[in-house]
Amino acid sequence: MTENYTALYDQHKKAGASFTDFGGWQMPLKYTSELAEHHAVRNAAGLFDLSHMGEVWVTGPDAGAFLDYALAGKLSAIAVGKAKYSLICDADGGIIDDLISYRRGEEEYLVVPNAGNAAQVAAALAERAANFDVAVGDVSAETSLIAVQGPSAEAILLQLVPAEQHALVTELKYYAAVEVGIAVNDVVQTLLLARTGYTGEDGFEIYVPNDDAARLWEALLDAGTVHGLIPAGLACRDSLRLEAGMPLYGNELSSRVNAYAAGLGPVVSLAKESDFVGREALAAIKAAGVGSTIGQKLVGLKGLGRRAARGHYPVLKDGTLVGEVTSGQPSPTLGYPVAMAYVDVEYSEVGTVLDVDLRGKAEQFEVVSLPFYKRAR
Amino acid sequence: MSKVVSELKYSAEHEWVAADGAGPVGIGISAVAADALGDIVYVDLPEVGSTVTAGETCGEVESTKSVSDLYAPVTGEVTEINDGVVADPALINSDPYGAGWLFKVAVTDEGPLMSAEEYAATNGGEL
Repeated sequence: MTENYTALYDQHKKAGASFTDFGGWQMPLKYTSELAEHHAVRNAAGLFDLSHMGEVWVTGPDAGAFLDYALAGKLSAIAVGKAKYSLICDADGGIIDDLISYRRGEEEYLVVPNAGNAAQVAAALAERAANFDVAVGDVSAETSLIAVQGPSAEAILLQLVPAEQHALVTELKYYAAVEVGIAVNDVVQTLLLARTGYTGEDGFEIYVPNDDAARLWEALLDAGTVHGLIPAGLACRDSLRLEAGMPLYGNELSSRVNAYAAGLGPVVSLAKESDFVGREALAAIKAAGVGSTIGQKLVGLKGLGRRAARGHYPVLKDGTLVGEVTSGQPSPTLGYPVAMAYVDVEYSEVGTVLDVDLRGKAEQFEVVSLPFYKRAR
Repeated sequence: MSKVVSELKYSAEHEWVAADGAGPVGIGISAVAADALGDIVYVDLPEVGSTVTAGETCGEVESTKSVSDLYAPVTGEVTEINDGVVADPALINSDPYGAGWLFKVAVTDEGPLMSAEEYAATNGGEL
């Protein structure tokens, strides 16, 4: 697999990061302690390099209609300035990727796929665009993405935003984005700022050209240190998103999984009038009751002991295999093991106690509703 | 780089063994292993009075990111376990050769052990 490095690789090395391969990218796993980074995001703020994520512009008179066809959601319905979580499915209803789309203009969307799927999504979009008047432009290679996540994120960001634009930030709603001036090396640059994240906390994601990424990273660190901001790696990103009950492509989501089993039924708009890729298959899957009366369903599991379940561990009921863990680890915030698993629907009810085979020894886990953790608002 | 203490001996599975002659010997895991595991949140130790066998698993060490079997570096009876580290497994990260020790064994047989120099050379540690 190609080894890709983000524009912030030197910053990570300087900060003492240990690296991991993620979706073909060398990404910081942690800088010091993943637990300290996790708690910093919950209590203050963490700084993430998400430059491995893809960025694909969809522009043209048919942009909205095209995305309605290419994705499972109704993207034409969102207002300019807003964002929407959606899925790109194959004809069988399998999930190619989960992604966020930002409507930047009447005829302009920014689509953000996951790192490992970016090329495949860009290709699928280009292919599906054949009968639409749109241009699909993959700018992933020249775009960096930096996130500030945590309760102090807004205060940190405001330090770099000119006073007359503060309201743009403070009034920015969750799942919305705005062009705002951000001081990078004392030069105010207009950058796309989104109030989105993958941690269960308030936070922002900033799209920045590669050439300015290192300076923005340093500027955010300088502004944030007094607020408790520290650089945060993928290890804590994973524990944070798991606590927040957010699926990870490759763990909870894949081409072998459909939206209804994954609990993402509401993301699929069968109500939209136009056709979309996977519609027929998804309508049949829904009608059959997959994820509600038949098949398996994604659930949250709370460990009743101290040992944690991990991905691919078998889930048992009275010794019979009834499911498989997709993600799991000890929850740093809650202090008990948490996991997500696909289990047979008859065992998916909240309160059901199941066993997880932890390397030959069964431990009890209770089905609980997701998310495990929800911040106080 | 992770610290390797020169007064100790080491197993290929990253356990250290205190090299003092008489009486039960202290056993723990190296800083190399602790750093690789990440923040340790749970440790399962053998029971006092049980017999462990060199090269066989005798417990496990679990971090936020992974879980790893604990291998006995020596054969013998477990005489004492570190209750402090059971209550606060983070000690293994903060002080792997001190407060983060795991258990003591009255040794009847040593497994294959390396000197600190050998261990550091093969595992990228720093003496």
